[in-house]
Amino acid sequence: MSVELAEHPINQPASPAPLVRVEDLLMHFPVYKGILRRQIGAVKAVDGLTFDIRKGETLGLVGESGCGKSTTGRALLRLYRATGGRILFEGKDIAALDGEPLRRMRPRMQMIFQDPQASLNPRMTVGSIIAEPLIEHGVYKGEARKAKVRELLDAVGLNPDYVNRYPHEFSGGQRQRIGIARALALDPDFIVCDEPIAALDVSIQAQVVNLLKDLQKKLGLTYLFISHDLSMVKHIADRVAVMYLGKMVELADVATLFAVPKHPYTKALLSAVPVPDPQVEATRKRIILKGDIPDPANPPVGCKFCTRCPEAIERCFVEEPVWREVDPGRHVACHRV
Amino acid sequence: MSDAVIKPPHGSPSAPLVTKQRTLAADVWRQFRQHRGGVVGAIVFLTIVFLVIFGPYLHGINPAALDVRSRNLGISFAHPMGTDNLGRDMFAQVLAGGRTSLSVGITAMMLSLLLGTTIGVVAGYFKRLDGPLMRLTDLFLALPLLPLLLVIIMLFRDVLRARFGPETGIFLLIVFVIGITSWMQTARIVRGAVLSVKEQEFVLAAKSIGTRERRIVTRHILPNVLSPIMVSATLGIATAIITESALSFLGLGFPSDFPTWGRLLYDGVNFMTINPSRVIWPGLAISLTVLSINYVGDGLRDALDPRIRGR
Repeated sequence: MSVELAEHPINQPASPAPLVRVEDLLMHFPVYKGILRRQIGAVKAVDGLTFDIRKGETLGLVGESGCGKSTTGRALLRLYRATGGRILFEGKDIAALDGEPLRRMRPRMQMIFQDPQASLNPRMTVGSIIAEPLIEHGVYKGEARKAKVRELLDAVGLNPDYVNRYPHEFSGGQRQRIGIARALALDPDFIVCDEPIAALDVSIQAQVVNLLKDLQKKLGLTYLFISHDLSMVKHIADRVAVMYLGKMVELADVATLFAVPKHPYTKALLSAVPVPDPQVEATRKRIILKGDIPDPANPPVGCKFCTRCPEAIERCFVEEPVWREVDPGRHVACHRV
Repeated sequence: MSDAVIKPPHGSPSAPLVTKQRTLAADVWRQFRQHRGGVVGAIVFLTIVFLVIFGPYLHGINPAALDVRSRNLGISFAHPMGTDNLGRDMFAQVLAGGRTSLSVGITAMMLSLLLGTTIGVVAGYFKRLDGPLMRLTDLFLALPLLPLLLVIIMLFRDVLRARFGPETGIFLLIVFVIGITSWMQTARIVRGAVLSVKEQEFVLAAKSIGTRERRIVTRHILPNVLSPIMVSATLGIATAIITESALSFLGLGFPSDFPTWGRLLYDGVNFMTINPSRVIWPGLAISLTVLSINYVGDGLRDALDPRIRGR
């Protein structure tokens, strides 16, 4: 990390204007069984999320595999139709939009995908991949479009002469840059980064994350940064939300959350991050959770975490904890806090 | 991580384009020339097409002219492929038959390809239509084809003949009949390919951009299911030529004095012991055509895949 960027001074907790406000978002996938294909239940991938994303900030979203992080990101961009709840983008509810009005909202919010190999059409040149959003929304034509594509490639640190190449001719990091250029093409305000660095090796991860930070500073972007890499989240995010089994368990700004985690799940998660000091690491006590994440089609009664929680009390098995603000700007869902 | 950090400010003009714009057609052509089988196949196929179109002008014998004194002749300068039991020139018949067989084969293949691809893509892409369309495909697969063909031809032959003339009428009928009875394999294969392609992230990316469904299908799905389509296209020509010959054999295809490769083959079967060349020549023509088209398809498929291209 030779070119470490200065901490960006974006997050003022007092700034009230949320760019995206999510209210009680539900995303259930029905399960059908039997000859008559009757619905016998639902996988509750996202089960009642309420949070804000402020303009210009990076909200990190962490949690283990299968907890609904990606589903949340995709539901926010309306790649899925939410089962319930509201998604307010600059005060406008997009959860119920459809067809042309939704299409007109698309340029405002974009996505960067996890697997840069799979998210680029192997049969299209880089130029046409990046030009696709411009063509679809008819914002640039002819020579202006070509110039814009070259400018975008330049902005993500790729040689603009690569327009005629195909995705397989690039390395993983370069492909991710192509994905970023495509997401930037329509000058969005909000970008969901769905584990953009998980498929890259460590040296490239830093490049991509710093590129994202750079672009944020220059273009005033707002990110929802989905990841399971806690140290990377610490590096890029202003605030962090922790998810478990379709629910948010804790949300706080990054310094507070990493310094004093309140929810037992957050504590366990943070204790899994190794400390870069062998002496501390050797004596550090880790919280090791037992068992597996329960089946989201059949979650436990009461607190979702009660089956694995080292601090669970009787109340946790009966009553579901409410999502409440314990300190200003700090939300936790736990009976013991 | 030092290679990418220095960037000009956003909105500044980037360096002018120095490399020449590559076009897809030029790339495909360049790659196709690398595929030896494809090039040989293309040469053979184009030779057959050329002969079939211009051959009758060079070899000026009327394929229907009878000459009872020169029956069952072998190869000679006057009759390069010999003659049949009525003294008709085989070479002239093979050339004339090729016109019909090739045009029936190619047109019927295109029709079945169009039907099969459309149904396959729609069934694979739109979940709601998947069930009905696939059951329709099963229905067509379960139909006993020969009786169906008989009924269709009995019903429509005279109407079409009266409308378009005996040859064009029967041509349209045969192409239609072959087309609508051979699209099912293509539909199934294409549906399967679409199902796997549409789950890929680049389709989701296109959705998040706001690409219209129609454009997602034409821009992202279709080019990625090209390989199975190419394969079934090349096989489709062969099947169409053979089905046409079966129909002619049953007396339901073209009139008996109207040569096609399949017809020549079936007419020759009875004389195989006396004059084996009557089976060999039309058979060779069919095999060569099918084989060369297969190789061309193989070469094209590789040339159209950017991952193989340039390697």
